[in-house]
Amino acid sequence: MNTTLKSYDPRFTPPVDQVSVEERCARFTTRSIKKSTKVNGLKLAMSMIDLTTLEGKDSEGKVRQLCYKAMHPHDAMPGIPQVAAVCVYPTMVKVAKKALKGSAINVAAVATAFPSGMAPLQVKLDDTHYAVEEGADEIDMVISRGKFLQGEYNFVFDEIAAVKEACGKAHLKVILETGELSTLDNVRKASDLAILAGADFIKTSTGKIQPAATMPVTLVMLEAIRDYYYATGKMIGMKPAGGIATSKLALHYLVMVNETLGAQWLNPDWFRFGASKLANDILMQLMKEQTGNYQSLNYFSND
Amino acid sequence: MSKKQDKTQKAAIADLALDFSSGFKYEPAPESSSHVKLEKQYELFIDGKWVAPIDEKYFETTSPATEQVLSRIAEASAADVDKAVKAARNAYENVWSKISAKERGKYLFRIARIIQEKAREFAVIETMEGGKPIRESRDIDVPLAANHFFYYAGWADKLEYAFPGKKANSIGVAGQIIPWNFPLLMAAWKIAPALAAGNTVVLKPAETTSLTALKLAEVFQEAGLPAGVVNIVTGAGATGAAIVNHPDVNKIAFTGSTDVGKIIQKAIAGTNKKLTLELGGKAANIIFEDAAIDQAVEGIVNGIFFNQGHVCCAGSRLFVQEGVADKVIKKLKDRMKSLIVGDPMDKNTDIGAINSKEQLKKINDYLKIGVNEGAEIFQPACTLPKKGYFCAPTLFLHTSQSHRIVQEEIFGPVLAIQTFRTVEEVLEKANNTPYGLSAGVWTDKGSKIFNMTTKLKAGVVWANTYNKFDPASPFGGYKESGIGREGGLHGLLPYLSLS
Repeated sequence: MNTTLKSYDPRFTPPVDQVSVEERCARFTTRSIKKSTKVNGLKLAMSMIDLTTLEGKDSEGKVRQLCYKAMHPHDAMPGIPQVAAVCVYPTMVKVAKKALKGSAINVAAVATAFPSGMAPLQVKLDDTHYAVEEGADEIDMVISRGKFLQGEYNFVFDEIAAVKEACGKAHLKVILETGELSTLDNVRKASDLAILAGADFIKTSTGKIQPAATMPVTLVMLEAIRDYYYATGKMIGMKPAGGIATSKLALHYLVMVNETLGAQWLNPDWFRFGASKLANDILMQLMKEQTGNYQSLNYFSND
Repeated sequence: MSKKQDKTQKAAIADLALDFSSGFKYEPAPESSSHVKLEKQYELFIDGKWVAPIDEKYFETTSPATEQVLSRIAEASAADVDKAVKAARNAYENVWSKISAKERGKYLFRIARIIQEKAREFAVIETMEGGKPIRESRDIDVPLAANHFFYYAGWADKLEYAFPGKKANSIGVAGQIIPWNFPLLMAAWKIAPALAAGNTVVLKPAETTSLTALKLAEVFQEAGLPAGVVNIVTGAGATGAAIVNHPDVNKIAFTGSTDVGKIIQKAIAGTNKKLTLELGGKAANIIFEDAAIDQAVEGIVNGIFFNQGHVCCAGSRLFVQEGVADKVIKKLKDRMKSLIVGDPMDKNTDIGAINSKEQLKKINDYLKIGVNEGAEIFQPACTLPKKGYFCAPTLFLHTSQSHRIVQEEIFGPVLAIQTFRTVEEVLEKANNTPYGLSAGVWTDKGSKIFNMTTKLKAGVVWANTYNKFDPASPFGGYKESGIGREGGLHGLLPYLSLS
């Protein structure tokens, strides 16, 4: 990767071999994570969650409830970490910000005509400005997949750079929507492009398109982050989102981060899970480790 | 980019290292061995029965990871081998060559299914005695062994279609000698095609890894395989020599070192015995600059550290194209830091125990030779268990074709790295070896792959992958890596005479 350019040149992106990537991912899933490793891993995963609600029917009440859950995942069991952030639409940022006041939990807002990104740049920038002014700590933007697939890399690059500028102090997560990019080669290209254009985090998916996050896609993105780190010494964060609903799968992802990027990335500053169902499954597993029995999901709050 | 910038960037690449030591530590996850039944002492398996050796000699077999004695194994003398060959001859003349081909297939299918049923027990014993990680014996060795029996079971009654226009005749008694690196899998590679083709077998496992072959004998009993069709005689070199020199053996199949292969070839010269040899290797694994680099690094690891490098087709010579050499080596070093070396019974272990004390000494001798030859050695910081035979994964940088560590088969987790500039150069270097078993090519360009595969003098060439095996795919070498092929349709030929 040539990191000195002010634009993106696909010739500097290495090819990706899909078969080998899938094989490597299968190896991660054979790691046996038990006892204290499991408990520590689950707590770590909990602390990395961006608790998300992104529905047209979201109400202020629902967002407030979600924020309470973010701060108090399961008060019946002490020692459970809070999640990293709450992720909402821009119009809900203020509500969330108020509800989370006094906690260390960030508010992330999806902006730039989420989820399709089918809007002119100015609309996207306005969307971003609005979210930031409402108090969002993190902006999750989507790239223009249509332009990317057309090969208009500079267009996508400039768009990300402009949104980054609009973010000000807010952290920028760039959603590649890998489910629409069709090949791992494209995922790698989009990752390099987004990183060079100024992304603080790269993120797999909106959660609105299937497939959302997968292990192969995440591995390819982690490799892009690793190459950028080797070349510049700068760390970029990673957020797989959508489709990670079980503790077991979350642990597989942590193993992948552990063995691809190492200890520096194993914290909420550099790795996040975009998920809504994962939290309760982690709570259920942690409870099981403590009591020896699985409890019904009825014991865990749905907010 | 200016020269200065270029230098700083290179320096940055050289200095930055990822931290694989303080992250997620996996707690030990040892596979249980409580369900495994091992006898205190194993006899010879001759004519369907367990028979004590005539000399009443036994030797101990130990676990290379714990140095504990696992069992006592009978040592077959020439007289015992003679008994086994007679039993095989009798079974061939009176039973195995008389029953229908479909019946032979049924037995093989049955054996394959029983191996699957006992997969866990086989995997655990293979790891206890051989030292390979349980993940490998569980996910690779045992399933592949069962697949070989399934595959050749299918051929048993279709031999007339295998070689159209010819009649396929069985040849008689096959003497088979197998190595210690894949004990069960090599037994399956040898026994399955021999039986499918209608021959009977006298098989000798390696002296450090007899147990899974003896467990396989129990499978034969359970499958009701007629007495004498497969006989298993345990022992060391002398036992193997007795098989090779026995006048009533029609075919020798040997997998092992090139030195022993040469002795065998001399010994049977002038006889009617058919011969297949699967011998050593010093494979070139070639990384072009247009390869998918991260996946190629995985391939390098897979190529040389699979089964502690105890693989005849291991990719032990790495050739990296100049432009990406720094990057590949840097990534390889970081990847090696994340490998887990230790108790092979632990489900998270990547690199297990070296098979024997003798082999560990040989590997350590080569490490000294490499350092003395002036090559730069790299081993990741890893704590090896105090007991047992272990070796850290090792790289040698700045090597050349004249180095002994580049020329000679080490059979351990030791990789010798060279760089190259042009296709011609790498082809010349890759083929500049007495061996020719396997090679690997890594590039994103299909035409480059085909160009390389036609010019590399190796029996197996993997493209963008390494160490992949399948029962339907033939395996074997050029030059001093052997004669004949095993696996696939080609693997039937050495056990047949066509008329």
